[in-house]
Amino acid sequence: MTKAMLAMLSVILVAGCGGSGWTGYSPLYPPLTIFAASSLQPAFDKIGQKAISQRITTPTFNYAGTQTLTAQLLQGGPGDVFAAADTAHMTTVDSAGLLSGPSRIFAHNKLEIAVGSGNPKGIHTLADLSRSGLVVVLADPSVPAGKYAQQALSQAHVTVHPASLELQVTGVLSKVALGEADAGIVYVSDIVTSGKVDGVTIPDSQNVVADYPIAVLKAASNAAAASAFIDLVISPDGQAILKAAGFQGV
Amino acid sequence: MSRPRVPAALIALAGLGLLFFLLPLAGLVLRAPWDQAVAGVTAPETATALELSLFCSLAATAIALVLGIPLALVLSRTAGRLRNLLRALTTLPMVLPPVVGGVALLLAFGRRGLVGSLLYQAFGIQIPFTTAAAVMAETFVAMPFLVIAVEAGLRSLDPRYEEAARALGARGWMVFARVTLPLLRPAIFSGAVLCWARALGEFGATITFAGNFPGRTQTVPVAVYVALETHPDSAIVLSLILLAVSVAILVGMRDRWLGAL
Repeated sequence: MTKAMLAMLSVILVAGCGGSGWTGYSPLYPPLTIFAASSLQPAFDKIGQKAISQRITTPTFNYAGTQTLTAQLLQGGPGDVFAAADTAHMTTVDSAGLLSGPSRIFAHNKLEIAVGSGNPKGIHTLADLSRSGLVVVLADPSVPAGKYAQQALSQAHVTVHPASLELQVTGVLSKVALGEADAGIVYVSDIVTSGKVDGVTIPDSQNVVADYPIAVLKAASNAAAASAFIDLVISPDGQAILKAAGFQGV
Repeated sequence: MSRPRVPAALIALAGLGLLFFLLPLAGLVLRAPWDQAVAGVTAPETATALELSLFCSLAATAIALVLGIPLALVLSRTAGRLRNLLRALTTLPMVLPPVVGGVALLLAFGRRGLVGSLLYQAFGIQIPFTTAAAVMAETFVAMPFLVIAVEAGLRSLDPRYEEAARALGARGWMVFARVTLPLLRPAIFSGAVLCWARALGEFGATITFAGNFPGRTQTVPVAVYVALETHPDSAIVLSLILLAVSVAILVGMRDRWLGAL
């Protein structure tokens, strides 16, 4: 190995150990790692930009299914803020002693039926999903969106035979967007931000309201900045972004 | 003949490499909830996933053998730029992230895909979300391993055996079946084992192209992923079962097939 290669290797190793070295810039404001449910991505990317412009923090987002984030946190995943798509997983993280304070609900989401654009199969109600010959895709019951979908279907007294139980709500959305599935049950916010599928409204009597809680994690490197980020999410600015992305405010 | 001594520094690095493989495995074995292992093995969901996994991976290996050996033969008998191009195409699934492979399969064989749309319009056949889709996803990802192994075997083959057979009047197909194929047995075997192992562990392309439904497309790796987030204990047990089954099959096949080599 030549000296140049060795030098390069040591630089890579040092940079790797430096934590933020990989991002290639030195953050001006305290960096935060935010574990956020994948359905929050469109809204939180914008809130993140706002956080930088308001000089609150330079956030790094870890988006995944809430159940994946919970498993990561329980195995010691390093994060400052946790934003979940349901209160059950937040409770799990709380009972493991990983929160530094109580969680706060910052948004609500509802379910909608995702169908191909123009609704070629003429789906208008949850009951239509039980029609034979229809390819319906749901999220797995281990995923919050899948659990909510089950609740909505049982409230509507409808039994569907899904072709697949996707491991993320985005999996449901992409199967409908690609035309492989005729319909799926997703969040209203997914349909608002996707733009590739049409939504069929589910009446309130059958619908489920998903509560999104957010909390500072005990492992937070900068608890003040973490709280400031949560304040931004709950502020009128943050709420406006969430509403534009299809969520309901608090 | 005394074996050449391996330099101490290389032994140290080899030890480090081995440790890197062994530690995660040790973590799995040590953290496994052994008291629940029996319940995990006998659970009907486990049996369903395991059965499906074995069927899909063996079917994928069978398809890879039928299509991959001829492909390797063509590759080994082609020269120049065409060969480089063909080989790059064949090995593409090895470097492609499996999830992307799954999307590519959807775009080709999905209801709106290049070929899939014709199937759907003419016969009403939809491949995604079926067991066939799981087999196709595994074949797509695993076949290159067989092709590469068999092609390497073909290159190291002494051409004089085939020439002798031809000089004695054997025709193309006969030379292939009676001379080339038997000589290739070790390469085919190791290629098939690699291919099967890759197919058995396939996750990304399967979940993307075939989806997740117990008994239809939920293979063991997918079941492990689902369980990891709801019942981490059963995920570990399921992983160990997969490990034990593959080791048992490998050992069993080795006695049966490699004894003759």
